[in-house]
Amino acid sequence: MKALCWTGINKLNVEKVPDPSILNPKDAIVRVGLSSVCGSDLHLLDGYVPAMREGDIIGHEFMGEVIETGPEVKKLKKGDRVVVSSIIGCGGCYHCNTGAWSLCDNSNTHPALLEKTYGYAGAGIFGYSQAFGGYAGSHAEYIRVPYADSGMFKIPEGISDESALFCSDAFPTGYMAADMADIAPGDIVAIWGCGGVGQMAIRSAWLKGAERVIAIDRLPERLEMARTHGKAEVLNYEEVDILERLREMTGGRGPDRCIDAVGMEADSTGIEDVYDRTKQYLYMQSDRPAVLRQAIVACRKGGTVSIVGVYGGLMDKFPMGAAMNKALTFKMGQMHGQSYIPRLLDYVQSGEVDPSYLLTHKWSLAQGPEGYKMFKHKDDQCIRVAFKPAI
Amino acid sequence: MAKNKNHAGNPTQVKTKKKKSFINVGPTERVLSALGGAALTYYGLKKNKSALGIGMATLGSSLMVRGATGYCPVNKALHRDSAHQTINAVEIKKSLTIYKYRHDVYNFWRQLENLPRFMRHLSEVKQLDNKRSHWVAKDPTGRIHFEWDAEITLEDENKLLAWHSLPGSEIENAGEVWFEEAPGGRGTEVHVNIYYWPPLGAIGQGIASLINPALAQMVKEDIRQFKTIMESGEIPTIAGQPHGKR
Repeated sequence: MKALCWTGINKLNVEKVPDPSILNPKDAIVRVGLSSVCGSDLHLLDGYVPAMREGDIIGHEFMGEVIETGPEVKKLKKGDRVVVSSIIGCGGCYHCNTGAWSLCDNSNTHPALLEKTYGYAGAGIFGYSQAFGGYAGSHAEYIRVPYADSGMFKIPEGISDESALFCSDAFPTGYMAADMADIAPGDIVAIWGCGGVGQMAIRSAWLKGAERVIAIDRLPERLEMARTHGKAEVLNYEEVDILERLREMTGGRGPDRCIDAVGMEADSTGIEDVYDRTKQYLYMQSDRPAVLRQAIVACRKGGTVSIVGVYGGLMDKFPMGAAMNKALTFKMGQMHGQSYIPRLLDYVQSGEVDPSYLLTHKWSLAQGPEGYKMFKHKDDQCIRVAFKPAI
Repeated sequence: MAKNKNHAGNPTQVKTKKKKSFINVGPTERVLSALGGAALTYYGLKKNKSALGIGMATLGSSLMVRGATGYCPVNKALHRDSAHQTINAVEIKKSLTIYKYRHDVYNFWRQLENLPRFMRHLSEVKQLDNKRSHWVAKDPTGRIHFEWDAEITLEDENKLLAWHSLPGSEIENAGEVWFEEAPGGRGTEVHVNIYYWPPLGAIGQGIASLINPALAQMVKEDIRQFKTIMESGEIPTIAGQPHGKR
């Protein structure tokens, strides 16, 4: 089959590789229908997530059709159209049983790699480096799905492939951001980053009862999408002083709930941006935390900072004093897809949210390297490009 | 069971191996044992017939014997020898919590034939009778095989299992696993201590020092797989999946 492989920092290649096969009794094989790029892939490409191996197939947000199941797969069968959680959970450990699937104790095949720096390892993730299990990713014609009964969800009739696709990762991540923010009536929610996850966080903040939603980015097309589809008030950080504007817009209180949907490769402006980029380039810090710093300072006293943008290692100049003295609550994590996907499919089916507007480009797998280049440089107003192996 | 942990597990001291004499208690410990034992016996007897008093007196008298003779049955059972500080044991400790009922976890381990299902360093375990079993292990390279017979020395159902290898083993070893209920319904805590003594005396020690870190890491990973197979029914793998040129 054809697959998009990581071959080095900022190097991708479409290669012919063997088809996947059932390796464990709870595995299934899925013929990939659509497989989306994700902002977090850029951290892999840029070399900020360690433990990538040459030849690793990337991609973790996908849907498709079940073509084969292992003997222990009971809930789903050949022919089912499914969306698959990007996070792999065993379904048997304490964390999976309490809904925190991204903390699964068992699905990571290389836990020792992360334990050295994190103390304890998180779940395996499709196509997301050896440190997260080394599982082959979804930018391929076929993919093996371990613990298939836990991670695959049948797509109800009437939902298109394009609408179901983002229930794999972007929608549950954005939804979890809003869920963790503990939004109460009257709350103003500020969201940094208007990529796929940020757009879904905006929609989810409304679903969770936000009074107002303010979205922050610098790309006009993303802000426009946040305004039209997300009904958010928007701020361009290249044009206005974000801290000052947020203060004005919230009657001097500051946003009650702040969501970081950007992560470790945050862009910012001025001397702070130069400082962070220099340190990251020299490997003196792995994470560039401009957004997180700003969210902490912007947040109202006693508010919540909810983090779904991905961080990998260490950062510099973390404003702990502001966080502590303002009594902020921090909540964060990789998303617990298996807990959220069923209710998100309900939202899609009822028409309350149709995430397919994130999909600005549908390309063939052969255009993988080109697609990532476009996505990385935000060319052609790209929000998300998804690869359709059948093209 | 917390007491068991201290009793059996003080593994930093379990570092030596008895070779010649029966004496396995060092001189300082002998003096302390004798003095402490005498005091315990005296106060125990003074407490008259209370359970605590009898317990104190019993423990005290056995400590006195330990001090006087230099022989300790507990040290022997644990291969602990504070008299001959010569050959170091490879000590492997691992604690983890399994989200299953204690009796299920215990029974799975007690069925020793199950062990090679998750312990890659074991190729086979055969139960010879209720207490004795035959073990075949391999080194981390998979080329060298070691065999031994082992005997269960302590068995407290759903709580504790301890074993040691029988004389004539290629690798002398001992171990203990204890099982405790984790608080708040979080499953079962499993604490494993395994000790290996390198074969072939001093030369073996040299070889062992090369192999040991890898072996210890392998055994720790193997114990983790015990949890994985208990909780998820299989061991996740990526061996055999497709990838590009590397």
